[in-house]
Amino acid sequence: MTKAATLRSAAGHPLHGLMAEFATPAALVSALKRVRAAGYTKLDAFTPFPIEEVIEALDPPRSKVPAIVLAGGIIGGLAGWGLQFWINVVDYPLVIGGRPFNSWVAFIPPTFETTVLFAGLSALIGMLAANGLPRPYHPVFNVPRFQLASRDRYFLLVEAGDPKFDTKNVREALAATGAEGIHEVEE
Amino acid sequence: MKDALLDRPPLIAPGHTPATVTDKIAATVLDKTPRWWIAGFAFSFLLLLVFLNAVTYLFYKGVGIWGINIPVAWGWDIINFVWWIGIGHAGTLISAILLLLRQQWRTSINRFAEAMTLFAVACAGMYPILHLGRPQVFYFLFPYPNTMGMWPNFRSPLVWDVFAVSTYGTISAVFWFMGLIPDLATLRDRAAKPWVQKIYGVLAMGWRGSARHWHNYESASLLLAGLCTPLVLSVHTVVSWDFSVGIIPGWHATIFPPYFVAGAIYAGFAMVILLAVPLRVAFGLQDFITMRHLQNMGKVLLATGLIVVYGYAMEAYMAWYSGNGFEWFMLANRATGPYRTYWATLMFCNAVAPQVLWFRKARNSVATLFVVSLIVSVGMWLERFIIIVTSLHRDFLTSSWGMYHGTKWDIMTFVGTLGLFLTLFFLFIRFLPAISIFEMRTITKADAPEAEGARSEA
Repeated sequence: MTKAATLRSAAGHPLHGLMAEFATPAALVSALKRVRAAGYTKLDAFTPFPIEEVIEALDPPRSKVPAIVLAGGIIGGLAGWGLQFWINVVDYPLVIGGRPFNSWVAFIPPTFETTVLFAGLSALIGMLAANGLPRPYHPVFNVPRFQLASRDRYFLLVEAGDPKFDTKNVREALAATGAEGIHEVEE
Repeated sequence: MKDALLDRPPLIAPGHTPATVTDKIAATVLDKTPRWWIAGFAFSFLLLLVFLNAVTYLFYKGVGIWGINIPVAWGWDIINFVWWIGIGHAGTLISAILLLLRQQWRTSINRFAEAMTLFAVACAGMYPILHLGRPQVFYFLFPYPNTMGMWPNFRSPLVWDVFAVSTYGTISAVFWFMGLIPDLATLRDRAAKPWVQKIYGVLAMGWRGSARHWHNYESASLLLAGLCTPLVLSVHTVVSWDFSVGIIPGWHATIFPPYFVAGAIYAGFAMVILLAVPLRVAFGLQDFITMRHLQNMGKVLLATGLIVVYGYAMEAYMAWYSGNGFEWFMLANRATGPYRTYWATLMFCNAVAPQVLWFRKARNSVATLFVVSLIVSVGMWLERFIIIVTSLHRDFLTSSWGMYHGTKWDIMTFVGTLGLFLTLFFLFIRFLPAISIFEMRTITKADAPEAEGARSEA
């Protein structure tokens, strides 16, 4: 942390990291592998669409989204079921059509719907939470070329927080991967 | 290679790259408003005003202005409810089920089909509420603690329907919005004006296209697709239970859930074609929505149409096989009773006309597909009319027979929801990308064998 705080860009602003630009996914994947092999750990890759190979090369920790969705679904199912049971058995027992208070068969459709509702909302909220969104500002947006990351350019970021980070070495390492451009990312 | 063997048009016109796809689709949103859009929006908005007019008078006078009465207490309002909600189902089928089945052709039609779902559910949701008679207390349908100590009856399919439709609307919106996030980021990056950048920037919530983001994103969208698949089947199943749990001949049938779901997808695909054909011409998107998509949709239309016809056949067979005089009378009354013209038109629209799609030549003709889709849309509306009205108007006791006809207010309400649907759709195609940009980028990769680099499983 202290090291990152002392690093400055050429213009004298605090440095977030160095970013390399590539024209193809294949070039990004091979660069990512080389930089990782060189021992850098605080990396990120940016692509205009999901690319399995890039995700594999970056090797992020297992996604938390499935667990969040499962938890949401279980809570939704229990809540839907519990609501109907409580209403019909505890709060206001009422004989309707001679059926038992706990008419569990009739409670299945709403229980299913609340399960899907909670699980589906958990998928969106879980995805956003796992990605740290919403986050309107991020240092990578300071790189003017970065807006092409949502078009047809592929970027690799080495963060200044990396224990091995050294501006000169990283710049050389990125240049050696055949990057088409290397940009300083200011905080 | 495979496509050349099968002699199929491509999924995307050759020569497209992630850059061209991005620029072309982003331009539909960021360029100047085209004239045809203003004309189309004005027309739609006029129809929406018809809706406001009809609803205002309804609130003033009550549901008596509609043709409904005893014995036919469910008329155009419930017909339109089922019609609209059914149309929505094709959008979910395309976005969820075809995603799980890895059907790449869904990519260029899924976004606007999902929007269609959302808007169709919004239109459908109007009717049961307007039909309540006291629409201002619609929230009584939801279980909420109140001083009256009153709860909904969870043993009734009508309450299941509240849960099914509201969940369906919510989850469709979630799925649609999640699909939009990367594209909103694209628009943020492409927009020239600062205030436009700000709006799309806020909506994109800081999406950076990081591989870590994509990792979680893919996981979430796959799970949502898996959740939407049983959800969409459950929605029309529950809608069909609104009828089949009743004991009226013509309603009380176990075939209803699958028959309703197939009919829903049938009507929905017809609507997707009706929207896709003008959309691709207006925005010049023939490169992305190619003949391949239209042909495939024609095939789905034919297949689901045949399932619907099977449903008709089984309904008739069971009426005979049950040996129940009331069931048999219901069938005879549909075909030869006072509503026989409706029934004959229905049979022509749903069972006869789509058979033309067996021919490759018909599936290759945009005009034929468009006309068939129009006919199917009419047919599916008539199907709900036949199910609801002919079943109710002559049931067990001759003394309780009656006739039903919609009034001009019924017509205005229906035309009005068409206006609501079109207004929302016009707003959508102007302010949001009607085709998923980031998913189209993956197609350009996957479809171009000479393109170097990684392929993505979309």
